[in-house]
Amino acid sequence: MMTTHEPREPEGSDLFAALPVIDAETTRKLHDRLVRDAQTAGLLDVAYRTIDSPVGPLLLAATAKGLVRVAYGCEDHDKVLERLARDLSPRILHAPARLDVAAKEIDEYFAGLRQGFDLPVDFSLAHGFRRLVLTRLRAIGYGQTVSYAAIAVAAGSPKAVRAVGTACATNPIPVVVPCHRVVRSDGSIGQYVGGADAKKALLTLEAAA
Amino acid sequence: MSTTLPPFEEIVATHGPTVLRVCRAVLGPMDADDAWSETFLAALRAYPTLQPGSNVEAWLVTIAHRKAIDQTRARARRPIPVDPLPEHPAPSEETRLDGALWNAMQALPFKQRMAVAYHYVAGMPYADVAAITGGTQDAARRAAADGIATLRKTYGEGGPR
Repeated sequence: MMTTHEPREPEGSDLFAALPVIDAETTRKLHDRLVRDAQTAGLLDVAYRTIDSPVGPLLLAATAKGLVRVAYGCEDHDKVLERLARDLSPRILHAPARLDVAAKEIDEYFAGLRQGFDLPVDFSLAHGFRRLVLTRLRAIGYGQTVSYAAIAVAAGSPKAVRAVGTACATNPIPVVVPCHRVVRSDGSIGQYVGGADAKKALLTLEAAA
Repeated sequence: MSTTLPPFEEIVATHGPTVLRVCRAVLGPMDADDAWSETFLAALRAYPTLQPGSNVEAWLVTIAHRKAIDQTRARARRPIPVDPLPEHPAPSEETRLDGALWNAMQALPFKQRMAVAYHYVAGMPYADVAAITGGTQDAARRAAADGIATLRKTYGEGGPR
């Protein structure tokens, strides 16, 4: 044998360096299979997808219980996913199928074809008083607006107007849980997790119906 | 962020291609997809217990190594099919290109194949290779060198065209 065993590191790298990269089709098939296997094994703790909407791209995320997060582009979707990994579970995969119903209903809402959402929601990301406020928001009908103060009364804490504002500002499921229908007592629209323009757009859409 | 784990989707996107190449190198193109799928499902299961800041690629290759050993054992028990198995789809263009090198690797002894796959395909240092395959760092280095020398003869100097 003429082979010597000198530790020349790059010696074999050229053999593999020229290989083509893994093609997109193979990557997609393996990813699809992983999502299916994970779902079957009960390991898909959080599924997500993004959709386009008139107020920009929306990230939708769902647990096995239901829709757990809707995020505007201004919230930075990468950061939102990082926080979901920290707060819920890092077992997160891009798995659009679990969000088919949510995506369809949100599309219909923005097309003016739907006035209410009938899909399960998961309030795991909201706690205590904030969660209580969010459950009250679901009672505000399409096209209506209610003041922060009125929600505070409905939640049983008339003085907690600021806390209601915070609950709305940190609503993990905007659009579907209609915090955009909560406005200031003086009639101005107030702030919004997706920005004031997005809030205006949703209220205009609902007023047109 | 090193205090929290990134979403698993990020792990798949970052390390999926390398792990697939390692699976192809160790098991050949036909069984690589199954090994990859089993590796990532097992990784997803264990992921929440992984220490943030761990060497994720070494962790994945360690899982793939165990799956490869399982598959190699299963293959030894499996009768050699007379006809091509119908559930295997036609190999893609890329798999055909890859195929010659991966097939040459299949002729290497198990230890050499592992050492070449983990060092040259996954890019792991010999200390990490040895931690996975057992034995010393020098033994891993020699196994990889012997494997590469054989590949040079069976596959050629030029690499793929």
